[in-house]
Amino acid sequence: MTKPAGPPALLQDDNRPSFPLDAWYAAAWDHEVGRTLRPIRVADQPLVLYRRTDGRAVALADSCWHRLVPLSMGMLAGDDVECGYHGIRYDSDGRATYMPAQQTINPSACVRSYPVVERHRFVWVWTGDPAKADPDLVPDMHWNDDPAWAGDGTVIRLDCDYRLVLDNLMDLTHEAFVHGGTLGQDELNHERLDVTHDGTGVTATKWMLGIPPPPFWSSQLRAVYPDYTGPVDRWQIIRFEAPSTITIDVGVAKAGSGAPQGDRGQGVANRILNTLAPGTGKTCHYFWAIARNYRLAEQKITTQLREATTRVFAEDAAILTAQQRAIEANAGHTFYNLNIDAGGMWARRAIDALVDREAGSVLPAGADR
Amino acid sequence: MLAAPGSHIDVMVHIGGRSETRSYSVVRNDPPAGTVEIAVRLAVEGGGGSRYMHGLAAGGRLRATDPRQDFPLTRGRPGYVLVAAGIGITPLAPMFRALCAAGADVRLVYAGRNRAAMAFVEELAGSGRPVELVVESEGHTIDAPALVAGVPNCHELYVCGPIGLLEALRGAWRAAARPAGGFRFETFGSSGSHPAEEFVVEVPRLALRTTVAAHRSVLDALRVAGAEMMFDCRRGECGLCEVKILACDGVIDHRDVFLSDAQRAEGGYLCTCVSRVAASSPSGGPPTLVLDLP
Repeated sequence: MTKPAGPPALLQDDNRPSFPLDAWYAAAWDHEVGRTLRPIRVADQPLVLYRRTDGRAVALADSCWHRLVPLSMGMLAGDDVECGYHGIRYDSDGRATYMPAQQTINPSACVRSYPVVERHRFVWVWTGDPAKADPDLVPDMHWNDDPAWAGDGTVIRLDCDYRLVLDNLMDLTHEAFVHGGTLGQDELNHERLDVTHDGTGVTATKWMLGIPPPPFWSSQLRAVYPDYTGPVDRWQIIRFEAPSTITIDVGVAKAGSGAPQGDRGQGVANRILNTLAPGTGKTCHYFWAIARNYRLAEQKITTQLREATTRVFAEDAAILTAQQRAIEANAGHTFYNLNIDAGGMWARRAIDALVDREAGSVLPAGADR
Repeated sequence: MLAAPGSHIDVMVHIGGRSETRSYSVVRNDPPAGTVEIAVRLAVEGGGGSRYMHGLAAGGRLRATDPRQDFPLTRGRPGYVLVAAGIGITPLAPMFRALCAAGADVRLVYAGRNRAAMAFVEELAGSGRPVELVVESEGHTIDAPALVAGVPNCHELYVCGPIGLLEALRGAWRAAARPAGGFRFETFGSSGSHPAEEFVVEVPRLALRTTVAAHRSVLDALRVAGAEMMFDCRRGECGLCEVKILACDGVIDHRDVFLSDAQRAEGGYLCTCVSRVAASSPSGGPPTLVLDLP
């Protein structure tokens, strides 16, 4: 420890896993899964994704039951996967259907088949107890395929703990510094971020009233109100759902047009959809999309927003991967947490609660912790 | 300790000064923290493992592995029929409870010699879900083709019981042209079509001749006699212990699930970990098996 002693550190249990297994994690965009074998590590589990001939997405353990060779090095044989080493075939339930040089199928021969749900343009995989894989628990990312919205996104492979991305998204103070050229403005650091939490999530809200719009929002507002040059009311409402989904409701409306009271009729909004799948403890898959609720038919805006966000997130990626390297270079050091970190701290606490519940180590009600 | 339905632990037992391994299904997947629950039927005439287990006293120590899974329950299927016979109830009881808890369409068929010998019968029959008891002492046995015919299409069959029942159901499943992957089973590798009896095994190339006692396997008898054997699963699944049969005076009682029916009919090979020889007629000397080893 390189920090002076203080109150007991609630969130610094190094032995606690950094992610729960009982969760739906996005493993791919829908268009990424097809009639090929696609390896991906999710929640430290090697998976192989593919589609059956009827279009259903499948996730199997990417390790042959026999000698652990990745099945993704093999080939698809109809709806079955054939191991590229000895030819053992598995169906989409993970059960062996063919074994080489013997006339029977070994009753133990199977690989784990993971529950899969395709929703909101993502392929979600449940990495924990399959009995708990309730499709209703898939995070709400409906803006990604809601006809009232238009947008697109991609996936970033990051060499960092997925929680660093959550920290980053839960605190948009960094916009003034990391993204100074596009999103940043002084008012971001003048207005307070209100953080509230409930059973499953955290909401961080910031309103900036009567301010000049920053360059990005100025152009977006002009796309709908070409003649308006006045001040705006700007909002950022960040919603975290444990363990790894953050939807960010951002936008501007003509100042004084009633947006803080709920009337956004004189404004424009984006939803930035973010969901993370931990790869290992030190890598993650960051799926994101940006959707808008104006000029829906213009593919040009969809592409522009996606490309602009790609550039913005590349700035984050540089910071986050450098942060991960620094964490590894400073073994034993713990973060100093500031007021601006409240959103991320609540998010991490919600994750820890899921992990603890999964481990069956929930303290009795009223226990002091 | 959480153990998914169908998992087992391997336990070290001590029999006549030797250490051996026995596998026992975990019968409850949500026991009190830090415990594992197994059920062991005492086989007085068996190899000695169950006698050792029944000789344990409270507070005694036992070496065991963490739960291992070779008989996983696949969730989310349209429906399930579970068939248990005798102590084969042990992996199926937690499956039945888990499927009931999940609200799945599940039916249990539980066969046994008599009610007194059927573990968990009151609890399972009292679950309020379909449980059909097939009690031999009351004149009932499982009719494999009828049972398979009663399994709705796209439902799956999970079976644990003696090899005879297993083969009857597997044959009926195949005859009904049901999908092979829908027949899930586990074997305990200790049951055959004939009672276990003593016989003689010979390996001419090694000038070796030894007796296989009723409670020993060919594999163990040959190892004790000094033959170097290759093997792994010890329950008739993997086929590593397969050897060539040169001659047999008696009836080969294949107890493995590695060789196919066609291979058994050819009579060329035998899995030494579980398979045996029975006398073809009650009179005469002990049956004899002549093998070549790799």
